[in-house]
Amino acid sequence: MPRSALPGLFIALGVLVAGLAFAFLVGRFPVALGDVAHVLWSKASGQPSGVPAAVETVILQVRGPRVLAAAMVGAALAVAGTAFQGLFRNPLVSPDILGASSGAALGAVLGIYFSLGVFAIQGFAFLGGLVAVIAVYLIGSAVTSRDPILVLVLTGVVVGALLGAGVGLVKYLADPYNQLPAMTFWLLGSLAAAGISDLVPLFGPVAAGTFVLLLLRWRMNVMSLPEEEARALGVATGPLRVAIVAAATLVTSASVATAGIIGWVGLVVPHLARSLVGPDFARLLPTAAILGGGYLLLIDTLARTAASIEIPLGILTAVIGTPFFIWLLAQMQRSWS
Amino acid sequence: MILEGKGLTIGYSDRVVGRGLDVRLEKGEVLALLGPNGGGKTTLLRTLLGLLAPHAGEIRLNEKRLSFYSVKERARVLAYVPQVHIGTFAFTVETVVLMGRIAHGNLFSRPSAHDHAIAAAALDRFGIAHLAQRPYTMISGGERQLALLARALAQEPSFVVLDEPTASLDFGNQGKVMGEIRALAASGHGVLFTTHDPNHALRAADRAYLLRDGTRIAEGPVKTVLTRAQLETLYHAPVEQIIASSGASAFLPG
Repeated sequence: MPRSALPGLFIALGVLVAGLAFAFLVGRFPVALGDVAHVLWSKASGQPSGVPAAVETVILQVRGPRVLAAAMVGAALAVAGTAFQGLFRNPLVSPDILGASSGAALGAVLGIYFSLGVFAIQGFAFLGGLVAVIAVYLIGSAVTSRDPILVLVLTGVVVGALLGAGVGLVKYLADPYNQLPAMTFWLLGSLAAAGISDLVPLFGPVAAGTFVLLLLRWRMNVMSLPEEEARALGVATGPLRVAIVAAATLVTSASVATAGIIGWVGLVVPHLARSLVGPDFARLLPTAAILGGGYLLLIDTLARTAASIEIPLGILTAVIGTPFFIWLLAQMQRSWS
Repeated sequence: MILEGKGLTIGYSDRVVGRGLDVRLEKGEVLALLGPNGGGKTTLLRTLLGLLAPHAGEIRLNEKRLSFYSVKERARVLAYVPQVHIGTFAFTVETVVLMGRIAHGNLFSRPSAHDHAIAAAALDRFGIAHLAQRPYTMISGGERQLALLARALAQEPSFVVLDEPTASLDFGNQGKVMGEIRALAASGHGVLFTTHDPNHALRAADRAYLLRDGTRIAEGPVKTVLTRAQLETLYHAPVEQIIASSGASAFLPG
């Protein structure tokens, strides 16, 4: 094996552990590390924890679900970003390249516009993301070209712009006092509302999509080569591309449906992971998942605690992501060009 | 084992590039494909690799129609060495060569110890074992060409098809790559390569195939096909031939 993947993997795990610890301990209601350990142990063993009930509630009901949601959404966005960057042979690609986010956004604002319940809004967002990507894929495949990847990306951009116009229209028509703030809040991304009931619809698709991508991770190396070269190496690129796009879209849509639009994670984390363990997807993908979970946990903790009001996640990820990415561009250029 | 195209009409969905082409490549021989830019060399190469369906005619590989092979089966017989590229991601040279093993595994498999051994042997054969852990993006053009050759060999193919293997290489590496092409034939592989330099065909190939405007102008042993008159017809340009006292000859353009 090339330079061992272990140190990089340990760093990623360290970030995840740090993210988990901060997310549980830091906040308006301070919690001790021992309390978390006791509560979790009591849950596992069935013994009483001996921790005050209020603390137990904070750990299990308030922070617990949010921690799990942040870890899953972060991992999901990172895995999807890694997969799409490989598939589109472009390190500037993020999980919403094929319109998953803009589709989800339109679905969600429509749900809010029609005053639907929280779950219906999430369902609309999820479906919106899926439908947008399927539409992009079908349109892109219908256009015959020697460079199907480029056509797909351009179709994604065009359809994304159209969906953006749709979002603008719905916002314009929405009630400015009730609906518009809810839409804005959703479009900026937040885990503040993540509860236990959100975890199942998030976990199912994320686990399924991630599992498929992990299984295919060695083939994804070849998928990052030019189309004809991959085929000449014996890879049926068409079906494999469908499988990767489907899995990554599933994962992205579920995340967006739960947390709203959180940009930059799927773009920045794959780069970080690549700098830790190199570009081989076999080790990159698991590392990105772990690192993504830790990364979003840290950012979400910051979003909760940095100011007296919650800062929307999408704003924080952009504020942190942009300068970071510029720095990354300067540092790592040579490794992709 | 023979790779053979008969009566091929080649091209893309919107245009035909060449007609009536017959090509035959046997194991252990080297065939050089020459012709001016836009004459159909690359299209013919892609068609013979099964990456582009012919408009008419058929290609047989070991008596079986090439279109009946699965992508994976084909890759175990037919290896492709593309023009040297840099690539998007900084895979190690070893990973690049291991990608040649993909057709020997199943959908979800990771490279086995056997795959690693074959990749190591391929790296060794081309003298680049010391580069195994270097990023492919950070080695020289000549080294990249050798890495792609090693990847092709890792496929354990019967035929190796190379697209302008000497383009963009320095003089020394051109010689080295041509030597490796001869060595591939010596170890029983059938080799097809395109080139812009008739001297490379003279040096490395047994037979030459001259293609202009999608039509075969001549085909046969390099000594008889590569003459001054033929090359002037092929390129529509003056050519000078130098003949050494040893009997070896070379061509100069202009």
